[in-house]
Amino acid sequence: MAKIIKNREIVADDWKTLTLAANETAETVRLPFGPVLVPLAVWRARKSDLIHREWEHGHALGIWLGPRDDPADIAAELDDFSVVAVHFPLASDGRGYSIATLLRSRYGYRGELRAFGAVGHDQIHYLQRVGFDSYVVDAPERAVAGLDDFSESYQAAANQPLPLFRRRGAVA
Amino acid sequence: MYRYNEIDRRLVRERVVQFRDQVRRHLAGELSADAFRPLRLQNGLYIERHGPMLRIAVPYGQLSSKQLRTLARITRSYDRGVGHFSTRHNLQLNWVRLDQAPDILAELAKVDMHAIQTSGACIRNVTTDPLAGVSPQEVADPRPWAEILRQWSTLHPEFAYLPRKFKVAFSGGPDDAANLRIHDLGLQLVRSAAGELGFRVLVGGGLGRTPILAKALRDFLPWRHLLTYTEAILRIFNLHGRRDKLHKARIKILVEALGVEEFARQVEAEWAQLKDGPATLTEAEASRVAAHFEAPEYETLPKLDAGFEFARRHDRQFAAWVAHNVHEHRVPGYVAVTLSLKAPGRAPGDATSEQMEAAADLAERFGFAEIRTTQTQNLLLPDVMKRDLFNLWQLARNAGLATPGAGLINDIVACPGGDYCSLALARSIPLAQAIQQRFAGIAVQQDIGALRLNISGCMNACGHHHVGSIGVLGVDKHGAEFYQITLGGATGLEAALGKVIGPAVAAADVPGVIERLVDNYRLCRRPRERFIDTLQRVGPESFQAAAYGNTPTIEREAANG
Repeated sequence: MAKIIKNREIVADDWKTLTLAANETAETVRLPFGPVLVPLAVWRARKSDLIHREWEHGHALGIWLGPRDDPADIAAELDDFSVVAVHFPLASDGRGYSIATLLRSRYGYRGELRAFGAVGHDQIHYLQRVGFDSYVVDAPERAVAGLDDFSESYQAAANQPLPLFRRRGAVA
Repeated sequence: MYRYNEIDRRLVRERVVQFRDQVRRHLAGELSADAFRPLRLQNGLYIERHGPMLRIAVPYGQLSSKQLRTLARITRSYDRGVGHFSTRHNLQLNWVRLDQAPDILAELAKVDMHAIQTSGACIRNVTTDPLAGVSPQEVADPRPWAEILRQWSTLHPEFAYLPRKFKVAFSGGPDDAANLRIHDLGLQLVRSAAGELGFRVLVGGGLGRTPILAKALRDFLPWRHLLTYTEAILRIFNLHGRRDKLHKARIKILVEALGVEEFARQVEAEWAQLKDGPATLTEAEASRVAAHFEAPEYETLPKLDAGFEFARRHDRQFAAWVAHNVHEHRVPGYVAVTLSLKAPGRAPGDATSEQMEAAADLAERFGFAEIRTTQTQNLLLPDVMKRDLFNLWQLARNAGLATPGAGLINDIVACPGGDYCSLALARSIPLAQAIQQRFAGIAVQQDIGALRLNISGCMNACGHHHVGSIGVLGVDKHGAEFYQITLGGATGLEAALGKVIGPAVAAADVPGVIERLVDNYRLCRRPRERFIDTLQRVGPESFQAAAYGNTPTIEREAANG
């Protein structure tokens, strides 16, 4: 089983990530056994199947969003998911940071928020700041150190809703 | 000026530790060149023609003499003793070693400096008017707001991987020496009818391949909302800016595509969610930061200084220097002084370690140990007593910092060009030198009067050629260096983009073309009319004809007469 960083620990992870191949459609793709993160299109097309699986087999619900997906589309259903994952196709594609910010700060998502794709040691500090708490990265044992690259921050962000100037009071 | 507290220092030190580890992993082969690239860029490190170039931030252009001495020392120990002051309040070192870059950053951190976000697709170093805080006209000092934005944008977790770079400038208003309209985001201090301080917000400016002047997004934004409103703009840009093509990725393209009204509507909708939230600035924070920029203890002086007036009347060289390199100050008896980095035969903006130390000496002796860097690639002393000017001028002259004629034709702005930059298609520095030779002598330059000459070695427009009265752009023509000439660009309130006058010309012909353009101006001008005014009045046709030699050669003497 793959190891990921979750809540600052290295843990085994049994979630599968479903991606649609070129010849597959959201309506017909076979759902793998066990807990699965599905793309937004599959969630929309197969909502009842997925909820049924949860009821019948106890498989928790998970979804993943790509950089073009609007988190507002699942804002009303966020309580249904045990895991919301955000995909970073390239490290330089920073849309996922805003998606996470919106999920946490605007839509109030409190469950596991997972980053996967082109992220690692050098991204996870900022990812943590915008609200991620689990990370699929290479060499998680070493990468986990990146969480602590900085001990303070100026801005408000999902993991610290008050900017520094509201925390230190009037004088510094 | 702003003094770091323990938290500011800790963040900069932690950044050095982080980058040192990234360099180590890269050199050990654990971090690929592709993965390392955005990381080094966000620490100001480019890989250029001769190797790495390090771009050090001088936030809003303000330096203490101690900081400048550190820059001099770093330039001497880690480079070849010459640094380049860019148009965006940065110092660029062209000969650093990758493995030593973390050591340089550690040296900078000791004097509260850094290279954070001086490159990469993130919020860049904040810029402003070099006369901020001393300008007699300004509505309010922009520096505290620039510092507040510096802190907010530094290590911002959400906006580190934007579609493209994002440049913010502040102007103290009502004029615009910060050139807001060529920035992604321009913030001009204004007062509302009720006397409240706030910003006029401009968005979507930028030069490069698709030059566009920023448009008004909001006429008045109360100061408390500076950060929440900026956050709304950045979020819209981060989520909706184009990422498919590098040269379509700046916010200006998004603003053009949506139209500024629709862009404004999206920003306002996003802002409605953030407005009055925790990121809203407080009175306490505004005054905490403003306290760092309180005026130094100026002496009470008469507006006129007899010694200065005497020297000015009796020394023509001094008078010529005073005429253009000395600027009005809001406090009687004080002036601000341009220390020119445009000595003939030198690359525009370059300063040796010795010159940096000399500038630090002058700032300590005649100012309040403070130096500014300017968008025109010069240094500036903001607080000099008129009675010290003659002494200062003599010392500055010895250091090669008193080239007269700031704002005249030889005060050329040029990027490092093909001599250093791997993006450049043509060289800028030898061309600047050839043009300066052509117009040697302050009397010639004074006769031509106010004229901005800007040179860029490629479309990326680091030399801001679009906003030069005369702009020169390096292009590649079958492997040879050619230059396209633009006319009619302007900065500040009258900001305009220059227009190409015709086919590109070879390097050797550029000084002649410029001379013929200038001669045509001298022929057509009316009394007290600047180059740009004459051009606007008579139109470009006679200039175009003159440039390409289609008119009878103009006798210089006749034109002058």
